Amino acid sequence: MPELNLTSAPAHLRHGSNIGQPLTRRDGILKVKGQATYAADNHPPGMLFAVMAVASIARGRVTSLDVDAAKRHPGVVDVMTPSHKPQLAVDPEIKTNPFVFRMEVLQSDEVRYANHPIAVVIAETLEAATEGAALLAPRYEVLPALVGLDAGESFVPPVVGVGNPAEHHHGDVEAGLASAEKQIDAVYETPPQYHNAMEPHAIVASWDGDRLSVDMPTQGLMMSLARIAELFGITHDKIHIRSPFLGGGFGSKGLMAGPQTLGIMAAKLVGRPVKLVLRREQMYGPVGHRAPTRQRLRIGADGEGRLTGLDHHARTVSSTFDDFYEPAADASHTLYAAPAIRTAHDAVRVNTGTPLFMRAPGEATGSIALESAIDEMAWACGIDPLAFRLKNYAEVEPITGKPFSSKALRACYEQGAARFGWAQRALQPRQMRDDAGLLVGWGMGTATFPALMFQAEARAAIRRDGSGVMEIGAHDMGQGAWTALAQIAADAVGLDIDRVAFKAGTSDLPDAGIAGGSAHTATAGAAIHSAGAAVIAKLADLATGDERSPLFGAGNAGVIARDGRLLRRDDESRGESYAEILARAGLAEVEARGTGAPNPAAMQEYAMHAHGAVFAEVKVDPELGQVRVTRMVGAFAAGRIVNPHLVKSQLFGGMIWGLSFALHEEAITDRRTGRIMNANLGEYHIPVNADVPPLDVITVEEHDPHVNALGIKGVGEIGITGSAGAVANAVWHATGVRVRRFPIRIEELLTQR
Amino acid sequence: MKPFDYVRPGTVAEAVAAAAQPGAVYLAAGTNLLDLMKGGVSRPDRLVDVTHLDGLDQIEHLADGSVRIGALVSNADLAHDADFARSYPAVAEALLSGASAQLRNAATVGGNLLQRTRCAYFYDTASRCNKREAGSGCDAREGENRSHAVLGWSDSCIATHPSDFCVPLVALDAIVEIEGRNGRREIPLDALHRLPGDAPERESALEPGDLIVAVRLPPAARGFAAHARYLKVRERTSYAFAVVSAAAALRIENGKIREARLALGGVAAKPWRARSAEDVLGNVAPTADAFQEAALRALTDAKPSGDNAFKIELARRIVVRALTLAAAGTPARLPALPASPFASIPGAIHA
Repeated sequence: MPELNLTSAPAHLRHGSNIGQPLTRRDGILKVKGQATYAADNHPPGMLFAVMAVASIARGRVTSLDVDAAKRHPGVVDVMTPSHKPQLAVDPEIKTNPFVFRMEVLQSDEVRYANHPIAVVIAETLEAATEGAALLAPRYEVLPALVGLDAGESFVPPVVGVGNPAEHHHGDVEAGLASAEKQIDAVYETPPQYHNAMEPHAIVASWDGDRLSVDMPTQGLMMSLARIAELFGITHDKIHIRSPFLGGGFGSKGLMAGPQTLGIMAAKLVGRPVKLVLRREQMYGPVGHRAPTRQRLRIGADGEGRLTGLDHHARTVSSTFDDFYEPAADASHTLYAAPAIRTAHDAVRVNTGTPLFMRAPGEATGSIALESAIDEMAWACGIDPLAFRLKNYAEVEPITGKPFSSKALRACYEQGAARFGWAQRALQPRQMRDDAGLLVGWGMGTATFPALMFQAEARAAIRRDGSGVMEIGAHDMGQGAWTALAQIAADAVGLDIDRVAFKAGTSDLPDAGIAGGSAHTATAGAAIHSAGAAVIAKLADLATGDERSPLFGAGNAGVIARDGRLLRRDDESRGESYAEILARAGLAEVEARGTGAPNPAAMQEYAMHAHGAVFAEVKVDPELGQVRVTRMVGAFAAGRIVNPHLVKSQLFGGMIWGLSFALHEEAITDRRTGRIMNANLGEYHIPVNADVPPLDVITVEEHDPHVNALGIKGVGEIGITGSAGAVANAVWHATGVRVRRFPIRIEELLTQR
Repeated sequence: MKPFDYVRPGTVAEAVAAAAQPGAVYLAAGTNLLDLMKGGVSRPDRLVDVTHLDGLDQIEHLADGSVRIGALVSNADLAHDADFARSYPAVAEALLSGASAQLRNAATVGGNLLQRTRCAYFYDTASRCNKREAGSGCDAREGENRSHAVLGWSDSCIATHPSDFCVPLVALDAIVEIEGRNGRREIPLDALHRLPGDAPERESALEPGDLIVAVRLPPAARGFAAHARYLKVRERTSYAFAVVSAAAALRIENGKIREARLALGGVAAKPWRARSAEDVLGNVAPTADAFQEAALRALTDAKPSGDNAFKIELARRIVVRALTLAAAGTPARLPALPASPFASIPGAIHA
């Protein structure tokens, strides 16, 4: 693809290094002008439009499709069905690794969930394909749908999340609870939620012989490439995927899903390029969601308010045909210093698309329950919720006993509480009112998310003109990778950011790993850092080994790279530019590769997590039960902050999602049919601007020498944790009503006057 | 998408003739209709685009003291018309509490009156719905029906009318001017929408070809300007339909209510005029007790149609609050968060 013209706005004044600067996003002007090309903006010559027909039942079998009627419709080119489709090279039911999910690609007439794709209509226009899909008029053999957390017999899944054991024990929980002076035993419910990225899943696929070209938003270019290669039986080098911009992913674009595969199959079937874009309601099924949970927390505390035991059990659901289990109870592993902790999960199978990672999977659902329960326990002990949390502050990771690689949570509590004015809080609920008579409540929650690292590689080069190149197949989901990773790249090669051609977003670049787990900046950043160091080392070799260079004899360790020059460390007046070194050596460029990866030794020794503290104020109408969040303060410690401006936006987004979790978001499933009744952005409520209060984010300084070379922990997901609980706790503090089913609804607050 | 004819008549008479054909529907802004068509809920054969008809986009203040609002006036233009908002503040507040700014810029007065229910089972073509397909059954009745009707519903249909705008209009005795095959006629807005009974597919008193050309507020409607509010409880502050809403308008003289108007939204298949509540408010002081009594009266006939018993108690409380706010006096400016219980949060940006 053509090199992106990322602008250099005048605001990009640089003082010192690039890392740490609050640069505005370099792709911002492209996006504002509508020049950022998202997948569905591509229209290769001869392209056809594909529209999926999806099942309106949640369980059963398709018994007939009126393919002839669809084909007769003007403009319809072909209809792909289970009996008329290109063959795949492997059975899509086979899981070749844990990151492969079973997908629905017309392999049979079985219907597993509502919105299961049952046919694809391919036409000259979107309108013709849409009407063709309607004309299929499917008939079904309907079986009773399995719906909800009590749909069937529960079982203990082999693992939850990605490879976590379903149960964890540390100490004797029953003894701890039995010895407690105060006990809490409470059940919390969270609903199914859908990622609802602004940009729907889309694909434009073109075959040229056995070569495949794909425009598709993905959070995992190389994983998608590998999956496509496997499904279609072609080698990696035959596939080119472009994903320069994503309109949000939140986990739903992490894995290759059925609909994108259907787009590639459709292009193969008709021998022309095909575009397939999901309708909003079609995103409620085949592309993942956050599973509902029912969580029981039993907590004990002694007379001083110290935890004696913590038992966190989570029930969740998975699909009838694949396994993903929301690891909600695992949220209790790291935060509070209970001497005995048990976490456990069980699940039932329901007729749903397979659940998936959704922003802070496990942490978000678990956090709202845990933070609510901790709040309930603080109240039971008659202790301020912040004081209670400090009393039970974990100096080592409770579930493992490992020290933390760094943990500035105390500073988060202090700075957040000071900014919020927490000290003025009444201990009792329903004590505070504003001038208009509205109930006022203050609540808090602790935020946490693991500092993860995946595998990545980057390629760096210094060119004859002294400029740099950094290539990595990284993903910008809107979080700002085009900017933050370019900042890391610029420092890595000792150049100003505008002197480095930063290339990302395509599958022909080195593997950046998945943009997930809040680990992308850390992982890709580490690879970039290491590639930069390697190319500078090569350049230094050229210079220090050449007697014509002022750096001759300085040795690698004695040279530093800055502003496009290598300088002697012990005498910075002696140095020369990259261009001079390459010119003398007669080279067009030097290049090197570097990798980023987790450090198993450090992981063995340390628990690695980002932390934070979120404080929320709500107002509640005492008669009408309507809730409004009026203030939120979040203080987060997440290691090194590469770009404070973008990090703040990430944390704002997470906090808003936490507010949404507590008060708005819920997919409403018809209990009889398993159909989702609010599969649109009008009725699936997320906060609008008018629901979002002034947000205040503090990034607390934290140096972590262990997580990775750059000390980055990641900020993508932590903002939602803590925030949801803080809002829920504030509602309790305002009203005295403890709502344990989320989102909190008006009717639950109507009980009092 | 199903192919359809598109006609753009030059006159009202041509429009009426074009729309009188079976399968024809009017298209104004299309903020509801186009969604219905995309979802396969509505599959018309012919769209009669009325947006180019002359003379339907005026707000006229008539000599007798009434105001006549052309059917093509946008929701936003009407709400932001200073004279109109001053004279009919509850109507302006209701308009600004509806939909989103983008939708209000497009949506028309006539279209607002005729918007369809937001019952999820009506929109979901895989579900049975007597409104969408007469006699097919009602899947909402035993379904997810927390937001459904508590007044005037039947076993055939428990859907609600979603309009905010219509609620104060019906309280103020708005009149609908209709052009039809037999010429012009007018009916009270209260008679435009029908309760479901056993024919929920018939939603209004309109006949094929009937075109709403204007809505008129009679001279007496101005008399409530000093004490008129709209209050809407909803699940987020904007772009959400009412769980329950109420329009309250009072004419207060010498410390006594001379005349009260009250209507509820989100509770029935039509904007619900609560006349029995109005009756108990005539010639009484605007006290909490009087408002409580009115609230009880307004909901006397209410009964849950599903998981929505809370709406009855909520409606009572909203009636009391709306009357209390109205008695306190119309604010000089439309509130920053129109119709919200949090209308006057300091620092909020005015609508």
